[in-house]
Amino acid sequence: MAMHRREFLQVLAAAAAAGFALDSPDLLAAQGGGGAGKFYDLPRFGNVSLLHFTDCHAQLSPIYFREPSVNLGLGAALGKAPHLVGEHLLKAFRIKPGTAEAHAFTYLDFAQAAKTYGKIGGFAHLATLVKQLRASRPGSLLLDGGDTWQGSATALWSRGQDMVDASKLLGVDIMTGHWEFTLGHQRVEEIVAKDFAGKIEFLAQNVKTSDFGDPVFKPYTLREMNGVPVAIIGQAFPYTPIANPRWMVPEWTFGIQEEEMQKVVDEARAKGAQVVVVLSHNGMDVDLKMATRVTGIDAILGGHTHDGVPAPSIVKNSGGQTLVINSGSNGKFLSVLDFDVSVGKGTGKIQGYRYKLLPVFANLLQADPAMAAHIEKVRAPYQDKLAEKLAVSEGLLYRRGNFNGSWDQLILDAMLEVKGADIAFSPGFRWGTTILPGQTITMEHLMDQTAITYPWSTLTEMSAETIKTILEDVGDNLFNPDPYYQQGGDMVRVGGMTYTCDPNARMGSRINDMRLNGKPLEAGKTYKVAGWAPVAEGAKGEPIWDVVARYLRDKKTIAPRKLNMPKLVGMAGNPGMQV
Amino acid sequence: MNVTRRNILKHLGTGGALAALVVSGLMRPIAAFAGQWSKPSFESKDMAAAMKNLDAAAAVDSKDIVLTAPAIAENGAVVPVSVVSNIPNTTRISILVEKNPFPLAGSFEMTEGALPDVGVRLKFSQTSNVRAVVFAGGKAYMTQKEVKVTAGGCGG
Repeated sequence: MAMHRREFLQVLAAAAAAGFALDSPDLLAAQGGGGAGKFYDLPRFGNVSLLHFTDCHAQLSPIYFREPSVNLGLGAALGKAPHLVGEHLLKAFRIKPGTAEAHAFTYLDFAQAAKTYGKIGGFAHLATLVKQLRASRPGSLLLDGGDTWQGSATALWSRGQDMVDASKLLGVDIMTGHWEFTLGHQRVEEIVAKDFAGKIEFLAQNVKTSDFGDPVFKPYTLREMNGVPVAIIGQAFPYTPIANPRWMVPEWTFGIQEEEMQKVVDEARAKGAQVVVVLSHNGMDVDLKMATRVTGIDAILGGHTHDGVPAPSIVKNSGGQTLVINSGSNGKFLSVLDFDVSVGKGTGKIQGYRYKLLPVFANLLQADPAMAAHIEKVRAPYQDKLAEKLAVSEGLLYRRGNFNGSWDQLILDAMLEVKGADIAFSPGFRWGTTILPGQTITMEHLMDQTAITYPWSTLTEMSAETIKTILEDVGDNLFNPDPYYQQGGDMVRVGGMTYTCDPNARMGSRINDMRLNGKPLEAGKTYKVAGWAPVAEGAKGEPIWDVVARYLRDKKTIAPRKLNMPKLVGMAGNPGMQV
Repeated sequence: MNVTRRNILKHLGTGGALAALVVSGLMRPIAAFAGQWSKPSFESKDMAAAMKNLDAAAAVDSKDIVLTAPAIAENGAVVPVSVVSNIPNTTRISILVEKNPFPLAGSFEMTEGALPDVGVRLKFSQTSNVRAVVFAGGKAYMTQKEVKVTAGGCGG
């Protein structure tokens, strides 16, 4: 039977709506647009091509990852990328609802759509896509924005070695970092000096020794691509010693260092760079501000805040314009940025660019055999531990979003019960994979939420004033109107206690009406507060994964979580939230 | 990284060399160049009094002062702050931390021909503005910036 494309798509839509899994590459590709097999067919453009992924958080195998339904933008950021969720995002970027792309970029109808389109990411599938794009783009560079050596059990247990070897196999040319530093400065120095020597350049213009301000890493590299000199500048996460334990990098100082950034850009230009790109782990809001103040940067390829933004934000500044791009997280996306640069005497002007953020659908891409073999090898020693079945989840478990996600709610519920606490805090990390309703939670999944080098759980007596101070402090890291004061995490997740939050208020006035079991917290009284991931040196406690694993094994079945969301003030109609 | 320089300094006793650069804002500071003016200014307990005692109450904002300090302190106990004055004939640079118990943290007298470029590490008791006051040609100029001191944790 001959079927026209339109009819074919109607059948597909009906199948998707009915919950059939569409795992044939041809079927999926047809729906993605451009006909069967064309989903990843991206014609070459120009002569300078950069491939970029970031914040993969050591997810070697395909996973599910739900994008946020709450990602508030305030002040100048209101209603602008990356602070658009769900239908607001689809509308702004003209993405058709109900398509594979709509699923990749939004949380909409997540559980159903995840069954339809399958898992995303995975280094073996990413490797195939990288090879395909590089074949059509000779001389292209593969950039990794960091948060690569942390986020999974195998990365933690191998001290990042599984990811270091996977990155080399993938053909990463240049990287910068953030969570890498939580393996300790000696481990980072060892990898950069030994494993990466002659293969991957680790760049960071904003990491200096704290005594004399000497550079720790090379700030930038100059590469020639099809006759065009291209500079790549590294920008590590500026607030590493604040958001993560300072004692792990005691002799290094970070910061945004925009004056230094300007000097590096000017130096690269003076040495002949015709294209200047910053590989950034600033977080998108910081990138957007930096682009207004530092001139001479053609593009910022950014990460940290895990924003998968379908098109560049174009920022005008006194030197021209800068494209600000953020490429999502968890191995879900690969950015392709092509520049057309005039070549010849006295030229070197960028004449045009093309950009595409490609979702990595594991069902649409063959696994690369060499990478698949590497992944199997690194997992083999831990297979039994990874596969341990802890419980079955009846509901969707996800983390990402400005306030409590259901995965964190589960961690909080576990802490409250196991620790006998009144109140529980869980950090506002943005990494962590998603579990579909009915899926078995394995030890590997639990480690996806908790695999850090300072996993200790704590139980502390805190006064109501201290609790308020903590919430105000973290709230300001997220909602300060000046992006340079934001650290790029989400709000601390809170269990047991309810509160209202007015994001537009000033620090000290955002958090109000804190209640436990309906009664206001009493001034002067202390409460038992459970938490994990303390940044102070010398902190101790049972690793959080053991606390939660015990709870899960005991419960066996996990009912859908009731989210302890704060009552929000002044956020009605904000397109960074959909209810 | 200049390992040689670091090793040499270690042998010489880095502590002494660096300590000379450190001016604390929480302890009662001792002025390096104690003159008639210094005692009341260093003992002032709020910004307005400190500015008055420095004869800087009428200081005007200037873009010719480059004040470098982190937006968020990595360690509130040692916050690097530096000031470069591009105002001709700069004779003194003072640095104040608004919320510290004694805001005036340090004053540097510039002898003729000295480059008006100073750097210190200051203790911040809490999130606060840090202010640089420059005296040149008998007039006072200033610029300031907020440095946030945060509990940390919970990042991305």
